Amino acid sequence: MGFLAATGRAFLIFLEATGRLALFTGSALSHCVRPPLYPRQILRQMIDIGYYSLPVVGLTALFTGMVLALQSYSGFSRFQAEGAIATVVVLSITRELGPVLAGLMVAGRIGAAMAAEIGTMRVTEQIDALSTLSTNPHKYLVAPRLIAGLTMVPLLVIVADIIGVFGGFLVGVYRLDFNAASYINRTWEFLQPVDVISGLVKAAIFGFLIALMGCYHGYHSKGGAQGVGAATTNAVVSASIMILVWNYLITGLFFSTK
Amino acid sequence: MSTPKIALKNVTKHFGPKKVLNGIDLEVAKGESLVVIGGSGTGKSVMLKSILGLLTPDSGSIQVDGQETTRLRSREREKLLHKFGMLFQGAALFDSLKVWENVAFGLIQGAHMPRAQAKEIAVAKLGAVGLTPDVAELSPSELSGGMQKRVGLARAIADEPEIIFFDEPTTGLDPIMADVINELIVQCVKDLGATAVTITHDMASARKIADRIAMIYQGRIIWTGHARDIDDSGNAYVDQFVHGRADGPIKMQIKAL
Repeated sequence: MGFLAATGRAFLIFLEATGRLALFTGSALSHCVRPPLYPRQILRQMIDIGYYSLPVVGLTALFTGMVLALQSYSGFSRFQAEGAIATVVVLSITRELGPVLAGLMVAGRIGAAMAAEIGTMRVTEQIDALSTLSTNPHKYLVAPRLIAGLTMVPLLVIVADIIGVFGGFLVGVYRLDFNAASYINRTWEFLQPVDVISGLVKAAIFGFLIALMGCYHGYHSKGGAQGVGAATTNAVVSASIMILVWNYLITGLFFSTK
Repeated sequence: MSTPKIALKNVTKHFGPKKVLNGIDLEVAKGESLVVIGGSGTGKSVMLKSILGLLTPDSGSIQVDGQETTRLRSREREKLLHKFGMLFQGAALFDSLKVWENVAFGLIQGAHMPRAQAKEIAVAKLGAVGLTPDVAELSPSELSGGMQKRVGLARAIADEPEIIFFDEPTTGLDPIMADVINELIVQCVKDLGATAVTITHDMASARKIADRIAMIYQGRIIWTGHARDIDDSGNAYVDQFVHGRADGPIKMQIKAL
């Protein structure tokens, strides 16, 4: 009986958390489309997410592209398929590694920062203060972050795609002695619009999820510094896991042949 | 008798198994300054937050100007909150904004005033609480605790509210700064002709600010009376609190439940 009770309790807690998240998401989404919007806040978040994430996302993409070329060379040369390296690099980057790695890096950088900032505002009563000043905290704090996440992460991923492919090109040409023109040719040859588009759709959804998790955990944090710390951890972990799960689901939607 | 500005009838609120508000009955008349005293954890803050709608009470009725507020929708709530200003215990200034933007926040976001005009008012309000215009450009983290309280007060009065709440306005301040804040509160409330509700456990502050004092204990109002009657209330609980004695009918709960 004890075991059943414990299972039931865990299940109820799970349902409660799911319901709370669903309500939070619904309310935040409705505030994204209902005026008044806060352009200053949206702009501030866009700069924070889009501009200041460029170095970390760029570096990640560069080295990922480089190692991809190196790894596929050492693997493919075993069965004389070196010619496919450029194609492998561009497809892997645009479809998978660009959005996923950029998403994970942004989750660490932005999701954590959002949870910490909103969490601190919660425990220092700044969120209550917003309400008493006739400003809806969902509208003022959450909606701008969701909008910025949704729009900026795809832009970041476009940059990551270009830098990642360039990284592969660098290793291919300067280390593995490919001809530069034919490497570029190979890169374009089998690339289809859907490869890039699916990556950008992923990026938009990841950006939304990162901002949502950051806001949700920050908004519901309680109990001082420790609570804010827990909220930060939860925001990053849950966003990362959601990115990986949704990555699979979206890939299935775009590319399942059956 | 005219309608009270704020009226609470049998308001209850619990968190988990703990009943924090246990049937609060309280009326605040228009233009009066009521101070609610009581120990830590007796439900003072929860009562204020229930009136503001930051918390929803389990049962009972809360009326502001005769209007029932416990079941308001969010848009109506926002409108109602225009009547209110609040000074938070830790000032709760927005640390991403400059001091003047904090003070002008309600004017810009709530009342949609142009920024330049709102800034003028903000600087004037900062002057009213004794801060010079150069403070306006600083960020809240550069201010001392007493100055933050002043900015919080300026923000609370910027929109010229009809009702102002003060949540432990003197906590964490030295006695002199506490008295300065008390005087500012009295001055601001008088200038605005506002109704004020203060919660505190600082008796010096209570004596200075209050027209009327109410004592809260275990989620109930156990005594209300004129501020000058506080020393002969004839209530053992009030006496113990006013004189700050460890012995008496109020037993401090040392151990957590």
